[in-house]
Amino acid sequence: MTSELDIFVGNTTLIDEDVYRLWLDGYSVSDAVSLRVRSGILEQTGATAAVLQSDTMDHYRTFHMLERLLHAPPKLLHQLIFQIPPSRQALLIERYYAFDEAFVREVLGKKLSKGTKKDLDDISTKTGITLKSCRRQFDNFKRVFKVVEEMRGSLVDNIQQHFLLSDRLARDYAAIVFFANNRFETGKKKLQYLSFGDFAFCAELMIQNWTLGAVDSQVADMDVDLDKEFLQDLKELKMLVADKDLLDLHKSLVCTALRGKLGVFSEMEANFKNLSRGLVNVAAKLTHNKDVRDLFVDLVEKFVEPCRSDHWPLNDVRLFLNQYSASVHSLDGFRHQALWDRYMGTLRGCLLRLYHD
Amino acid sequence: MPGKLKVKIVAGRHLPVMDRASDLTDAFVEVKFGNTTFKTDVYLKSLNPQWNSEWFKFEVDDEDLQDEPLQITVLDHDTYSANDAIGKVYIDIDPLLYSEAATVISGWFPIYDTIHGIRGEINVVVKVDLFNDLNRFRQSSCGVKFFCTTSIPKCYRAVIIHGFVEELVVNEDPEYQWIDRIRTPRASNEARQRLISLMSGELQRKIGLKVLEMRGNAVVGYLQCFDLEGESGLVVRAIGTACTLDKLSSPAAFLPACNSPSKEMKEIPFNEDPNPNTHSSGPSTPLKNQTYSFSPSKSYSRQSSSSDTDLSLTPKTAPYPQGPRIYLCPSSPSLSCGSLHLKKSCLLLSESSLPPHHSSLVSPVLRKSVSFSEELFLAASGMGSGSAGKEGGPFKALLRQQTQSALEQRGGSPHRFCRRREFPFFTLTAFPPGFLVHVGGVVSARSVKLLDRIHNPAFVGIMGNTRSYKLLDWNSFNSDEPETRDAWWAEIRQEIKSHAKALGCHAVVGYSESTSICEEVCILSASGTAAVLNPRFLQDGTVEGCLEQRLEENLPVGCGFCHIPYDELNMPFPAHLTYCYNCRKQKVPDVLFTTVDLPTDATVIGKGCLIQARLCRLKKKAQAEANATAISNLLPFMEYEVHTQLMNKLKLKGMNALFGLRIQITVGENMLMGLASATGVYLAALPTPGGIQIAGKTPNDGSYEQHISHMQKKINDTIAKNKELYEINPPEISEEIIGSPIPEPRQRSRLLRSQSESSDEVTELDLSHGKKDAFVLEIDDTDAMEDVHSLLTDVPPPSGFYSCNTEIMPGINNWTSEIQMFTSVRVIRLSSLNLTNQALNKNFNDLCENLLKSLYFKLRSMIPCCLCHVNFTVSLPEDELIQVTVTAVAITFDKNQALQTTKTHVEKSLQRASTDNEELLQFPLELCSDSLPSHPFPPAKAVTVEKASPMGEGNFRNRSAPPCANSTVGVVKMTPLSFIPGAKITKYLGIINMFFIRETTSLREEGGVSGFLHAFIAEVFAMVRAHVAALGGNAVVSYIMKQCVFMENPNKNQAQCLINVSGDAVVFVRESELEVVSTQQPTANCQPSCTGGEVTT
Repeated sequence: MTSELDIFVGNTTLIDEDVYRLWLDGYSVSDAVSLRVRSGILEQTGATAAVLQSDTMDHYRTFHMLERLLHAPPKLLHQLIFQIPPSRQALLIERYYAFDEAFVREVLGKKLSKGTKKDLDDISTKTGITLKSCRRQFDNFKRVFKVVEEMRGSLVDNIQQHFLLSDRLARDYAAIVFFANNRFETGKKKLQYLSFGDFAFCAELMIQNWTLGAVDSQVADMDVDLDKEFLQDLKELKMLVADKDLLDLHKSLVCTALRGKLGVFSEMEANFKNLSRGLVNVAAKLTHNKDVRDLFVDLVEKFVEPCRSDHWPLNDVRLFLNQYSASVHSLDGFRHQALWDRYMGTLRGCLLRLYHD
Repeated sequence: MPGKLKVKIVAGRHLPVMDRASDLTDAFVEVKFGNTTFKTDVYLKSLNPQWNSEWFKFEVDDEDLQDEPLQITVLDHDTYSANDAIGKVYIDIDPLLYSEAATVISGWFPIYDTIHGIRGEINVVVKVDLFNDLNRFRQSSCGVKFFCTTSIPKCYRAVIIHGFVEELVVNEDPEYQWIDRIRTPRASNEARQRLISLMSGELQRKIGLKVLEMRGNAVVGYLQCFDLEGESGLVVRAIGTACTLDKLSSPAAFLPACNSPSKEMKEIPFNEDPNPNTHSSGPSTPLKNQTYSFSPSKSYSRQSSSSDTDLSLTPKTAPYPQGPRIYLCPSSPSLSCGSLHLKKSCLLLSESSLPPHHSSLVSPVLRKSVSFSEELFLAASGMGSGSAGKEGGPFKALLRQQTQSALEQRGGSPHRFCRRREFPFFTLTAFPPGFLVHVGGVVSARSVKLLDRIHNPAFVGIMGNTRSYKLLDWNSFNSDEPETRDAWWAEIRQEIKSHAKALGCHAVVGYSESTSICEEVCILSASGTAAVLNPRFLQDGTVEGCLEQRLEENLPVGCGFCHIPYDELNMPFPAHLTYCYNCRKQKVPDVLFTTVDLPTDATVIGKGCLIQARLCRLKKKAQAEANATAISNLLPFMEYEVHTQLMNKLKLKGMNALFGLRIQITVGENMLMGLASATGVYLAALPTPGGIQIAGKTPNDGSYEQHISHMQKKINDTIAKNKELYEINPPEISEEIIGSPIPEPRQRSRLLRSQSESSDEVTELDLSHGKKDAFVLEIDDTDAMEDVHSLLTDVPPPSGFYSCNTEIMPGINNWTSEIQMFTSVRVIRLSSLNLTNQALNKNFNDLCENLLKSLYFKLRSMIPCCLCHVNFTVSLPEDELIQVTVTAVAITFDKNQALQTTKTHVEKSLQRASTDNEELLQFPLELCSDSLPSHPFPPAKAVTVEKASPMGEGNFRNRSAPPCANSTVGVVKMTPLSFIPGAKITKYLGIINMFFIRETTSLREEGGVSGFLHAFIAEVFAMVRAHVAALGGNAVVSYIMKQCVFMENPNKNQAQCLINVSGDAVVFVRESELEVVSTQQPTANCQPSCTGGEVTT
């Protein structure tokens, strides 16, 4: 006796969260069944393995049919075939677009192209995430990227509108899109200590302050591309380190203000010029695409690592950066105060976030 | 020109890409009704076209309105080649033809293609303007309401329950036409879908005519079925119960009509008024019918020549010497007369005598004043029986007589006309309180027929040339055909009737008919429950007050229906009787089997449970006559075994009655399958069932003896366990109190059935196991051993689950509002070689048990819950394949109150409903505003964005609300039950009766057979929901999947499936919202019913 056909269709589509997770994680039906057996569900419910097999198959079939709709979430809301309560629809979408930290760190800042897709095998082996799941996550990134790439308006809003994601997840996707578009290097060894959250945080700040959208909310690509004019202007900041008087004045202002407040004052005093040069040079270099990509590498090399080697506490870093950016306002010979604020305001936030072990 | 159909095509969405080059579609729409077609403009390059067309107007006969479906075809325009069809929508406009139902059909319909499934949606608005045309002969029956529900619909009151209506229509199956060889599968499927839609429309119209003739205004318990007879054609047949219904003014209360007579009068929808006052004032009615009889139109010639004795459109009025009243009822021999030839005399009524009769009608006021005793007296005297006026006499006899007289003579008083009816059958399974007086037992009849009369050259020739699928009158080609089908059913019904009579009953309730076809052999089955009914519902102009009271005074509450209707001294079969355990006055049988739902007033101890008997029998492959003979030889044995199994399982559960019994016998190439489902209960009125004793045939063997006693112990343990599980603790009654000696319980069959081949011979089985006093299972060979084993293998549902196949579970009444309707299909392939009956039985048993286990597992999140209306269907699509289809609904109930029988479920469901609403609102709200503190989503991953992060101006850019906020699809509930827990049905919008075919030539790509069928069933649900939503409804009740025929050919990578579903589209209001609505109700009710409401006879 073999089962030729075995289906269950409810008027309200049944969604088993556990099975959904297994499916999203890319397990085959048989793997999923054995995982479920291990979870002790048979003992809890008194079911047999055959029942579990049939149930899992059913759910997998349903998910497979839903997947087409999940690629365009508004379709899931308007379609008539599956009657799913709104809360469940939200859950389906949210989980489908959720991603693994380990995976996103591997592809963050990479071009979402076929070439990268070919590397998914390696990523799968490295991270222990099934290839199927890697593909789904990669395809999600790519799909979201394609849809919002050329769109007007706020990146987060666009993502939320077209993919109906929660605010938090939409922000994450905005970061992924932003990184993919600007191809920021995140894979270098010295950046390995950074989490996706660190990058996402920086991305949000940069989107808010450094993109075209920050000045004009009606431009296409406004949140995706950095403001080229702004990057060009950043060259002007170079005088802060090139003009020796200015540099000395800046240092003395900072040192005066922080004397006695900083645990690592002497180290700061000794390193001030190096740090300042590092930060300003990063700004000046941003006109080149190559250097934009290396932004995070540079920030870590030029600022985070020197401070860390001197064991600066986070609070000292904060005090220093605050004073460092504020003191520029007192430099009479320096005219680009607004530019400096736009640059440093964001950079300060990023650096504080990046400064950890 | 009595009707104008108006259609507007608004827009499309989610269309498929038809042009690969542009990834877009140039869509336009064809709207077709009858032979008229309109087209919209082509909407270029869009997957979401906005046609916003003008109103397309069709001026049509109401006859066509009833028969034809509106056909909407979406196409892709192609300049160079033929336009490609995207898909179709068929809309049944019948619900628009009676007022009070839907007034407009408007909404998104899935665009369906028989090869690709659903391909996008189309927004359509449909309206109908009906004109009154009183001078026409009536060929249409617009205005008669149809209900699939097998009880009186919730917001109506039954004025009269007229009785049985049936009809069948025959046509050739397009799939078997010669043209099918050259046309595409799509064209063939569409031809079939359209034909069946037409045939159902016609059938419904004809049934409607019969109802009008009976002076009813509705059909309740309408069941329409298709017999796909293959080469020999397609039969669409329907049965139902004609009623006169009154709309209740308030859905919340069950008001007697007299409380608000004026209002209710207005509410009566289609002046098909049964009340004698309109009757007398409107002489046009009989006149019209009169005219009609002289001009039989072509389409009715079939009927009049058919054996269908119940129907003829000629006014058949039965003369009665003194009576002034006219009943335009189908005349047929009364039960007692029993002769088919008598009716002829009734037909010969002189036309001239009509008007005087009418004018002399008794006024309704007068009639209402007729007291009970008078009526009784008249009834009795009318019967010429000597029991007149004997109030103190045996009430049973009196009632029986009354029912009989009601059925035979319609009121029975001498001043009334004789109203004769051929089949006193009722498709209802639940009744108004007091309707069911006594229940006799299950009556069933089966007959094996050969579908071999198809070789008619003239027929084939003509049909082959018919490209338009206009219904052809079968009769004109082959006069035998409808005769045959009608005669077959008439024969079976006659048999049922005689069985019922043998049980001392004059009516059959819970009546249903079914067929099973394999190649050219067809088994016709009919079954029902013999019963004695309260005549007051069967009479015109019900006298509500005194009669009712009188009856209820005398009827003991909660046990009356158990009392035997037949004569104790002249029992139709050997049965064991005891005095009723409830009232101690009347005799009751020891076990009761019925096909109806448990009466609401029945006293039940504990809970009920689903009981199934499953059986397979191998059969040699044979041809024609030999095959039919083999099957009819097997049938009695199957019936016997199914019955024995049911009885054993009932005992094992410690219960004494079965409700909702349905025995399905399925015929296949090389086997017969029997599946009986019923809900077992413990009726307080019936005696406690005895245990099961096991006896061995070889008593000398010691170890054997030990084995037997071991089995015995196991059985006893199971019974004890079940009693505990189902909370069966009947009060202990000592025998002295009862006052009559209760002998050793004996098990007797209450099932009377017979087989008949084409001949009239009737074999009645004595299922009572001879004269044995105790219920003894004899184990004399391995077969018997198997049987006992299989008895014990049925595992009870996991805790928290109950199941039944009736509407509701006896013993549970605190339902909460969560329901989940589902369909599950399984097909197994039997290992072909050396199949024995035992192996087959085991396979089948395992299949059903595993299916149930799967259901319990899947629905575990709903615990505590009950699977209600569990409906199993077995089919044998191929040699080694068994297909089981289950449709049921899972309803949650409140566990905390499960033990209490107080009806506090209303409050519970109130709370439940309100939380439901909140849940529904939550998601859209949260999506469009960031300000809400709570987050509906679980934290996605370890990603954190600090709330305190510096927010630039970017955060304040104007954000548009996500589009999902206001446009989610409305929820449509579906349930096989006639009600929705925690809600009130406020409006019936019409019946949904849909037939779909789906075919694929890329089975593997669509996920194999499971993927294919899963998607198809989901699509069928979607289309049902869309139609209900377009009618303005939010639920389907009494939903049933009548057919699910699945065929596959994996080698060719092909599969085909046909599904037929039906149900009642309704509007329901949660009880929590009811208060709000009821304040608005007056306005809603006052809406004049201007669209078709005034269409009268």
